Amino acid sequence: MRIRAEHLSYTYNADTPFAAHALHDVTLTIEEGEFFGIIGHTGSGKSTFVQHLNGLLRVPSSMKKYRRKKPKKGEIPPPEPVLQVGQFDLTDKKTDFRALRRSVGTVFQYPEYQLFAETVFEDVAFGYRNFAEKKPMEHETQEAVKEAIEMVGLNYGEVRGMSPFELSGGQKRRVAIAGVIVTRPAVLVLDEPAAGLDPLGKQEVMDLLHRIHREWCRTVVIVSHDMDEIAENCTHAAVFSDGEVKYVLPPRELFRHEKELLDMGLELPLVAKLCLSLERQGIAIDCDFTEEDFIRKVLALPRQMRIC
Amino acid sequence: MLKDVSFGQYYPVESFVHRLDPRTKLLFVIAYIAAIFLSKNFYGLAACAAVLFAAIGFAKIPLRKIVRSMKGVLFLVVFTAVINIFFYRSEGARILWEWKIFRITAEGLIFSGFLIARLFLLVICASLLTLTTTPVSLTDGVESLLTPLKWVRFPVHELALIMSIALRFIPILMDETDRIMNAQKARGADFETGGPIRRIRAIIPVIIPLLLSAFRRADELGDAMDARCYTGGKNRTKYKKLRFAAGDFAMFVLAAALIAGVVLMRIYLGAPV
Ligand SMILES: Nc1ncnc2c1ncn2[C@@H]1O[C@H](COP(=O)(O)OP(=O)(O)OP(=O)(O)O)[C@@H](O)[C@H]1O
Ligand SMILES: [Mg+2]
Repeated sequence: MRIRAEHLSYTYNADTPFAAHALHDVTLTIEEGEFFGIIGHTGSGKSTFVQHLNGLLRVPSSMKKYRRKKPKKGEIPPPEPVLQVGQFDLTDKKTDFRALRRSVGTVFQYPEYQLFAETVFEDVAFGYRNFAEKKPMEHETQEAVKEAIEMVGLNYGEVRGMSPFELSGGQKRRVAIAGVIVTRPAVLVLDEPAAGLDPLGKQEVMDLLHRIHREWCRTVVIVSHDMDEIAENCTHAAVFSDGEVKYVLPPRELFRHEKELLDMGLELPLVAKLCLSLERQGIAIDCDFTEEDFIRKVLALPRQMRIC
Repeated sequence: MLKDVSFGQYYPVESFVHRLDPRTKLLFVIAYIAAIFLSKNFYGLAACAAVLFAAIGFAKIPLRKIVRSMKGVLFLVVFTAVINIFFYRSEGARILWEWKIFRITAEGLIFSGFLIARLFLLVICASLLTLTTTPVSLTDGVESLLTPLKWVRFPVHELALIMSIALRFIPILMDETDRIMNAQKARGADFETGGPIRRIRAIIPVIIPLLLSAFRRADELGDAMDARCYTGGKNRTKYKKLRFAAGDFAMFVLAAALIAGVVLMRIYLGAPV
């Protein structure tokens, strides 16, 4: 499903002294099939944006407010916000949000804190049963849960009867992800899926997401503030800063804007830094900013260049 | 939806009422409640209401906030009104309508109106206190007012600490509840439809993670207090010392005047019915 947002703005606690402008005129398109990254410093509105994608936060209809007041002369009406996810129009109140949430799975930050059931099986089955059209047969549920748990790389026979609270942090996170993908959403949105894991755990989670992307969910959107993660994994990345979208580019083009990114408090990934400094020395390396590719290209350079 | 609980929500603006010593405000609220219960007629309540609305004006609190706090007790108000309208009994009451045991009398209507006005004044007064006073200074005020109880070995400091921690954690736990509810909604949980039993069952996926996180936070807070060598209230000094200013004395005078006025009206102007 294609995701299209135009002129999206959001204010928390609007009309109170606590008002916080979290999004300002965000325009962004995510094509079907992408592994899309959203990056930005803390408080830049990333989580606010992704919570719009499954209707947890609603698009405020600025037009209605505007129409209620009589427009002053010469005032330009605010642009109509657009938020379209596949066939769903999220600016429309009558949209079937249940169907939307079945198609757009969302994994929140630290999803392990929302586990609640007595067994891993029950927790993963929660979403499946909630979204089923009619009460699913027990063997259907079992089949779906088994596939989801195996998809996230856990041993079904071993963990199904365990309490989710007995698992390790990384395993809990896998169970939480399984609980979302069990309904096979077309779009999977993850807020900081690798936060708080060690480097190996991070790598495992990213590998897992690629597998889900290949086999189950056509479009994957991840939020992150780690440039390396975005560089290594994403087809396109959007840079958020103070509630606005600054760039939407493939990572390799994004890193040309080194200075602007630094100003927004974002650090380039190591490989990109190396490439850019080599380029300044007159050695252009056309790599896709993954470590592997970089090493291959450097090794492929003519010998004399490598020595200097 | 959870943000609608206006109780205990500080409204940050700069005003005379906000600046008052929390002890003054607490004592004034107590005096005010006494004045409401001493009022026997609408004149007394009108005097109380005048003072309250003046205070709201001085505090620069928008009426919207006040109305919201009134909504919170709407059920109680309706309940009281219904009971009193239908079952008010007194000698020589003028009967307007009667059916079996139900009887509406003119006096009953007036009396219900009186009770409702009283209830609303109480609630508005209490929420004005929490709207204009931060939880921290409120606790400071309570602790300071209860200090005499230390003589009978009452753990005043501990009580104040418990209170301030509880107040501090309410907004955090509300945010957490919002977050967990969102996460479960994303998994298709439905909190808005179905009968009472279904709704109670729907809460389980929220309550359990919430309790777990509350326990985790409590543990962490305990460790953090230990790490800073917290040992209780003995010999502790205050970062902010409470001091009465001119405005506080003015409030004491106002409170005394209000009570005196209400008592005089009670003696000379009689009951509402
Ligand atoms: N529930 C809320 N109530 C009020 N303000 C909020 C709320 N959630 C977020 N905000 C504010 O909105 C802004 C954007 O927050 P958001 O959570 O979208 O940032 P983020 O980019 O996800 O940051 P992080 O990387 O820290 O997760 C911040 O300034 C934040 O203070
Ligand atoms: Mg966030």
